[in-house]
Amino acid sequence: MTEADWPLFEVFIRSRSGLEHKHVGSLHAADARMAIEHARDVYTRRQEGVSMWVVRSADIIASDPEEADSLFEPARDKVYRHPTFYAIPDEVKNL
Amino acid sequence: MILAATPAGADGQLQQAHSQYVLRLADTSLVLGQRLAEWIGHAPALEEDLALANVSLDLIGQARLLLTYAGELEGQGRDEDALAFLRDAPEFRNLALAEQPNGDFAHTIVRHWLIDAWQLEIYAGLERGVDTRLAAIAAKAIRETRYHYRFSSGWLVRLGDGTEESHERMQRALADLWRFTPELFTPDELDECMSAAGIAPSLAELAPRWSTRVTEDVRLATLALPAAQPYPWHGKRGVHTEHLGYLLAEMQHLQRTYPGAHW
Repeated sequence: MTEADWPLFEVFIRSRSGLEHKHVGSLHAADARMAIEHARDVYTRRQEGVSMWVVRSADIIASDPEEADSLFEPARDKVYRHPTFYAIPDEVKNL
Repeated sequence: MILAATPAGADGQLQQAHSQYVLRLADTSLVLGQRLAEWIGHAPALEEDLALANVSLDLIGQARLLLTYAGELEGQGRDEDALAFLRDAPEFRNLALAEQPNGDFAHTIVRHWLIDAWQLEIYAGLERGVDTRLAAIAAKAIRETRYHYRFSSGWLVRLGDGTEESHERMQRALADLWRFTPELFTPDELDECMSAAGIAPSLAELAPRWSTRVTEDVRLATLALPAAQPYPWHGKRGVHTEHLGYLLAEMQHLQRTYPGAHW
């Protein structure tokens, strides 16, 4: 079986209502319908989810690892972007 | 304790018929579940391997509930294990279609799809029946069956309307297995007795619904329905094809060799 026969799909599962879909893995399937069925059979056998997304892996646009330095390094010395410099009033309980 | 639960006379006869009817449903699920489990480790792709194993486990789960119930109705103290592992082929009451060998993937899919479509109608009918326990089992099972049907009918269309080879294999599988389908909706005295008691749906009423569904699927799959054939199969009365004995030999081997073994 070659990649051309059964393309790769990425699988995202929402574990509970209100939570976001999270990437759980990938699988091969001939078409979108089969991808959903395979995702159900491979990734939700133990009640892991209430909703599924499948996306063709080829349709995902990824950042280039070569560019990691220019993309992520500039954030390293900007600790003030973390919300840890505020004095939290005592009245605020749930922050 | 359980013996005392068996009433004498006409009520007792109805209860034994009831037990036999539930056994038919149980055995069809059990035997088809065992057949699908034979694919484990051999399916065309890892994902299909898991899918077939899931479906197999669903069917065996249905069989467990039904066998337990059939054993209680029978009142001879036989539990699900005794009924599954210690009966010989002539005592099995499954549809002859369910025991047919896996063959190629086309045969497995066509057999599974025909029975899925049958179970959809049967379970929907049982849900409306007067037997609340059977209705509850059917309500649980039909949710699984809807997925099984989605799986099998999807493959039916994909392969039927696929390549020249897949089309040809599907058509051959349909031709080989079609002769077992009259048994699905041909009622015998037991079916009629259960239907009259309000426990089972009337097969005559369900048949056209099954037929419409199957005909439409076959059209979508660009296949041709084979001609109707005479009806020589009586799996639900214990008259089986030679394939069931081999299936049981494998399934029952451990319990027959080491009676009462558990782990």
